[in-house]
Amino acid sequence: MRELDNMTVKSDKKAGCDPRDDSFDLKKTTLRVFRTNTAQGKDSHFDSLVVPVQRWTTVLDSLLYAKSYLDSSIGIRYSCRMASCGSCGMKINGIPRLACYTKISELEDPVVVCEPLPNFPVIRDLVTDFTQFFNHHKSINPYIQNLNYDKTEKIDEVSSSHSHRQSREEVDKYLQFSYCIKCGLCYSACPTVATDTKFPGPQALAQLYRYYADSRDAGKNRLNIVDDRHGLWRCHFAGSCSKVCPKGVDPALGIQLLRSYMLGISKDKRNV
Amino acid sequence: MKMLGQKNNRDNREGLKGWLNPLRYGWERVSYWLQRLTGIFLLVYFVGHVFETSSLVGGRNAWDTMLEMTQTTWGHTFLIMVIGASTFHSANGIRLIFTHVGIGLGKPGRPDYPYYPSSLNTRQRSGIWIALILTAVAMLYGANVLLGGD
Ligand code: SF4
Ligand code: FES
Repeated sequence: MRELDNMTVKSDKKAGCDPRDDSFDLKKTTLRVFRTNTAQGKDSHFDSLVVPVQRWTTVLDSLLYAKSYLDSSIGIRYSCRMASCGSCGMKINGIPRLACYTKISELEDPVVVCEPLPNFPVIRDLVTDFTQFFNHHKSINPYIQNLNYDKTEKIDEVSSSHSHRQSREEVDKYLQFSYCIKCGLCYSACPTVATDTKFPGPQALAQLYRYYADSRDAGKNRLNIVDDRHGLWRCHFAGSCSKVCPKGVDPALGIQLLRSYMLGISKDKRNV
Repeated sequence: MKMLGQKNNRDNREGLKGWLNPLRYGWERVSYWLQRLTGIFLLVYFVGHVFETSSLVGGRNAWDTMLEMTQTTWGHTFLIMVIGASTFHSANGIRLIFTHVGIGLGKPGRPDYPYYPSSLNTRQRSGIWIALILTAVAMLYGANVLLGGD
């Protein structure tokens, strides 16, 4: 234990960043936080707040510091702090990112500008309204549709009792798309969403692919939902959705693959 | 007036500004931006071109007058831009035809951190660069022929 302590002191001395040391040099950064309150009709403006940062400080950490010690009225939404719940999305230095997943040190900018996610209506400060985004998500029926599971139908004893085994290849077809946390970053970065309110957006389309490519799914009408001039065909493959996705979902890939199924270039190999 | 401002704020759509700024999301977004701009530019050119050639029905004199207008430095510069726009739009368009049907994008798999989206792979990026290089070569050749003199 003593040895371990010595080691720590040694290495910290070298780096000059031991928090127990009086000379510990705490860096500071300026947060520029977008402030507005649409319900009260207040004009929007930016507040500048100076916060201490360390190498590992995330934008969410610094916003929470500012909220705790500088201005408790800042509106932010967050929950898990580990890129799992998808609630802390915001525009950070011009690009949609998760605040809990973005370290200030990686931005390499002395000023960190936090704004609400574009393409989402603003409720207050950095909090945006996801109603339309979730409606698009719901519109593609984001669940496995299989008559054998439908309780309203007469259940075929044999087929309902057998397990739906999937091969590794079958799982690989949709697995990455099922990692979506519905954070809305892709929706925010998409240039088509920016101009077309009826376009379902990369998230919903990628989820449609996720269920369509699942060998357990038998939803026949799924593709019809987006076979529309405001639907699947409005994607022009700018790729920005895949660029900003924090979970490696690659919505652009899902959309293009969906199109290839729609055009009959890929064969539907589902075997439900 | 205030209500209008509020409504815009609530919508918060980026609108045209969203796609007019190509600098935030890498090469794929630049190619998307150029593809759209060149498309609009070529459409304008096409209308002008039809108008220009339609002067033929006015007889040889009308055609010669129209032709004189294009035989200027500005006219040639415009034509060089047309060459560049059509080269990029075609070369990048061929890449996009393939990507739009899922060809050249890689396969879905199990994402591992750090994530590299397979749809933004090197093949795609090379396609964009090739389109840009072809555009530059075509424009240089066009400039040499049109502005180079005898
Ligand atoms: S696809 Fe990615 S960026 Fe889009 S909502 Fe899902 S996790 Fe977020
Ligand atoms: S707080 Fe949950 S994703 Fe950031």
